Amino acid sequence: MVVGEQKPLEEILKMIEPFDRLIIAGCKGCVAVCAAGGEREVRFLASAVRTARKAQGREIEIREVTLERQCDPEYVEQIRGFVYDYQAILSLACGVGVQYLAEHYGRIPALPGINTTFVGGAEKQGVWSEKCQCCGNCVLHLTGGICPITRCSKSLLNGPCGGSSNGRCEIDPQVTCGWQLILERLKELEQMDRYLEIIPPKDWSQSRDGGPRKIIREDLLR
Amino acid sequence: MKCFEEGIDGVFVAGCLEGECHFLVGNLQAKRRVQYVKKVLQSIGINPLRLEMYNLSAAMGARFTEITWEMTNRIKELGPNPVKTGRGREV
Repeated sequence: MVVGEQKPLEEILKMIEPFDRLIIAGCKGCVAVCAAGGEREVRFLASAVRTARKAQGREIEIREVTLERQCDPEYVEQIRGFVYDYQAILSLACGVGVQYLAEHYGRIPALPGINTTFVGGAEKQGVWSEKCQCCGNCVLHLTGGICPITRCSKSLLNGPCGGSSNGRCEIDPQVTCGWQLILERLKELEQMDRYLEIIPPKDWSQSRDGGPRKIIREDLLR
Repeated sequence: MKCFEEGIDGVFVAGCLEGECHFLVGNLQAKRRVQYVKKVLQSIGINPLRLEMYNLSAAMGARFTEITWEMTNRIKELGPNPVKTGRGREV
């Protein structure tokens, strides 16, 4: 899932400074799971913003809404009935949601309330880590299910490099060497013959390096 | 957060003694949340001392009295919640 965290409150308050009527829009998708922008976070942030304004002797009217997702036009459309009664939308969705709101409701600013950070998953409650770089050509079947693009600091396809020491990466002793993990997994899977096959240089044009990507499913078009 | 929004001058959260929570770690989770809200209060200009967490058992009446006096005197010194005065940041 997409993982992000809420922007510092000082930054948010500065962003919304000119506005007295604001929508705070959450999302029940990824950002709810990583406790950055779900319904609870919307409620808490709205209360904090109202408190901050009252302490300054100013009022602010906040409409709290949490959409099923902000990355589908059908859900984003659900606020059309009232959106232009407000001066701005502060979105707690990922960057996709902010852009969808901006696209659908171009007459008022759509502001980002969170910093979208990576694609990953939960390690345990309260801890999320990056697992996927969305490179567009997955080789996890060759590396025992451990991503060399994400877990190797150099994104090597045929590691480890000379900087791998005692299972740690040269950039930081806190960082595990991704290729060490891959080797251990391949041994466990009895797939060490896969390690001997050289993975050819990556075609990065399939990744973000090739420009913004789009997927069209002809079979699903109407 | 709602309490401060509505103008309450001070809040204290009373949890069980650490290691003796019936919900095992409920008081530890509450402690972390209180710390988080204190940081939020600081960033919006409200003195984080207006919020505090204390640990005590339901049988510790004397300690409860002590805490109540401590908190009351602290809040008296801090004065009313800026939400009521509208005079801007106090920190």
